[in-house]
Amino acid sequence: MAYQNIFTQVQLRGELEAGVPLGPNNDERFGPFGTSWLMGKLGGAQIGPVYLGKLGLASLLCGFIAIEIMGLNMAASVNWDPIQFVRQFFWLALEPPPAKYGFTFNVPLNEGGWWIAAGGFLTASILLWWARTYVRAKELGMGTHVAWAFGSAIWLYLVLGFIRPMMMGSWAEAVPFGIFPHLDWTAAFSIRYGNLFYNPFHALSIAFLYGSTLLFAMHGATILAVGRYGGEREIEQITDRGTASERAALFWRWTMGWNATMESIHRWAWWFAVLTTLTGGIGILLTGTVVDNWYLWAVQHGFALEYPATGVVDPSTLPGAPQ
Amino acid sequence: MSALKKALAIALPALLLAGCELGVKEQEQVGYRGTGLVLITDPDTKAKVGEVPAPPYELTAEMLAGDRAKTAYENVQVLGDISVDEFNYLMQAMTTWVAPDGSNIKDAGCTYCHNPENMASDEKYTKVVARKMLQMTQNINANWKPHFGNQENAGVTCWTCHRGNPVPVNNWATAVPDPGNITGNKRGGNTPAKTVAYASLAYDPFTDYLAGKENIRVGGKAFPTAASAASIQSTEKTYGLMMHMSQGLGVNCSFCHNSNNFAKWEDSRPQRVNAWYGIRMVRDVNNNYITALGDVWPANGKGLYGNRRGPHGDPLKVNCATCHQGVNKPLGGVKMLKDYPALKGAAPVAAPAPVVATTPAPAETAAAAEAVKPAA
Repeated sequence: MAYQNIFTQVQLRGELEAGVPLGPNNDERFGPFGTSWLMGKLGGAQIGPVYLGKLGLASLLCGFIAIEIMGLNMAASVNWDPIQFVRQFFWLALEPPPAKYGFTFNVPLNEGGWWIAAGGFLTASILLWWARTYVRAKELGMGTHVAWAFGSAIWLYLVLGFIRPMMMGSWAEAVPFGIFPHLDWTAAFSIRYGNLFYNPFHALSIAFLYGSTLLFAMHGATILAVGRYGGEREIEQITDRGTASERAALFWRWTMGWNATMESIHRWAWWFAVLTTLTGGIGILLTGTVVDNWYLWAVQHGFALEYPATGVVDPSTLPGAPQ
Repeated sequence: MSALKKALAIALPALLLAGCELGVKEQEQVGYRGTGLVLITDPDTKAKVGEVPAPPYELTAEMLAGDRAKTAYENVQVLGDISVDEFNYLMQAMTTWVAPDGSNIKDAGCTYCHNPENMASDEKYTKVVARKMLQMTQNINANWKPHFGNQENAGVTCWTCHRGNPVPVNNWATAVPDPGNITGNKRGGNTPAKTVAYASLAYDPFTDYLAGKENIRVGGKAFPTAASAASIQSTEKTYGLMMHMSQGLGVNCSFCHNSNNFAKWEDSRPQRVNAWYGIRMVRDVNNNYITALGDVWPANGKGLYGNRRGPHGDPLKVNCATCHQGVNKPLGGVKMLKDYPALKGAAPVAAPAPVVATTPAPAETAAAAEAVKPAA
């Protein structure tokens, strides 16, 4: 019994596993700390060991500063009233500098300077965490797939908050921090640039996003369905196919004539997930920099249908129209 | 444990659905199939169409032919050229519309505006305001016909907005400016505000668009040019105004727009043209009539009848909801104007004619028109 899954009601208790010994130039690990019944319900019951290290520590520190700047700015906006902070939390924002400042770092703190600072610390935190996923994977002798998948998400994040504003020459193009404010930004972004649904990279991103959920559902369902034959030991079955693997493959050949393998399904899932944010980032980057109105662009390129006109004329073009 | 699970199983979906409006919705297709041009209304939350009070009495041809008001009364500046009978008829109607007898309004009835000892006197500021409002009504009916689809007898009376109140219920004033530092600074939005349908959008879309003439158009051509300057932040402000219009008229976006490209006029519904004139009409009303009254409006706390100015000191002004009150055709489109010919304003108004519908704005309109034209 070296494995558990969410349906396994058995939780292992015994000597805690410290993991492989680390090479030179590594920091200390903390733990293992013990076991948790609740966490054992969801996954492995053992908590720790945790490798924090210099990168992790620096990342957490930068992340903490970023969240503090956002939270304190939002708290200030409701006159430091804790009740209003909670009640209005979903509406509160830390907004980027207004358009008049362009793309410069010389912005007063209370006019968006705090946004730049928070964004800077958040970016530092995320990049340090990326480096941490890379270095830890190397130390464990793993591939760096997690780091590169994370990198794809970071690409979209950087496009939205830094690269595109830089290319547009204005911080005002960037996304505000805040729950509803960032959603309002999203809606306004689509309206300003003539409907993002007509952006082919946005379309690709949606296809990969929905494809990811489809693949996730198919794969998760397949493995759970053969869990009774030990099917969740996927990696072993890549080299040594057991009855679980055979049945899973057979199921898909019966139903759709072809099956992914125990190995290739993970490549499918990885690429779909990675391409979601990769294509999404390209789509955002082209918006406003290369294309200003995606609907008009799409009609011009035969990508969208032009519907019969309603006969309405822009009244401002009529002679004698009021201002 | 199982009781807790049951309670959760009931409570969680209930909480998730708490924001939903239950019940059957009405829907109407109003555009080409497949474009999503569908109006959806919830009969339970639809605004009620207001009642229209009956005219004071029937206005006969003889009454209209009698002596002119200016010969019978002093200081009649706007309605001097109508008959005495029509004048009194209108005064009676205006009383019902704005400060009806028997209401709990202070000085309700004629005395809301007039000194009963000297009806001609302008000593009450409300009379000066009423005169300006008559000019405004005539101007709307004479010069803003495109807002009413150029239909005969379509237009406004005092009742359209006032509905028996001295101040129309739906009004706006400029928001108090944000402080210079971050304490208490909401950046003009980020607040659950009714004006923008509880979005976190800028809660005062009115000052710049319904008093000021800031450009509402944010959509661009296919490819960026040096002129494509509208930012996301100005788009959000436009969005806020549109939320107000949607709420004020009780309609979806698709009442006017084709959502495949909000900016494009060729695919829009004709209602968008009415709205376009409406926005300019409201600017005319706010700037050339309400704000133009200046210090006639008493300072807050100093007036006879309560506050007439907002927190920033500017007078309470008009937006779409002032007339529409949640209904796309105010009062259900009843053509009240046919009973009150004096308000049509066909006769030249005594006041300096407001600048309206005569001067095209060459630079602004040309650029704006260009901005929505699909590239060849």
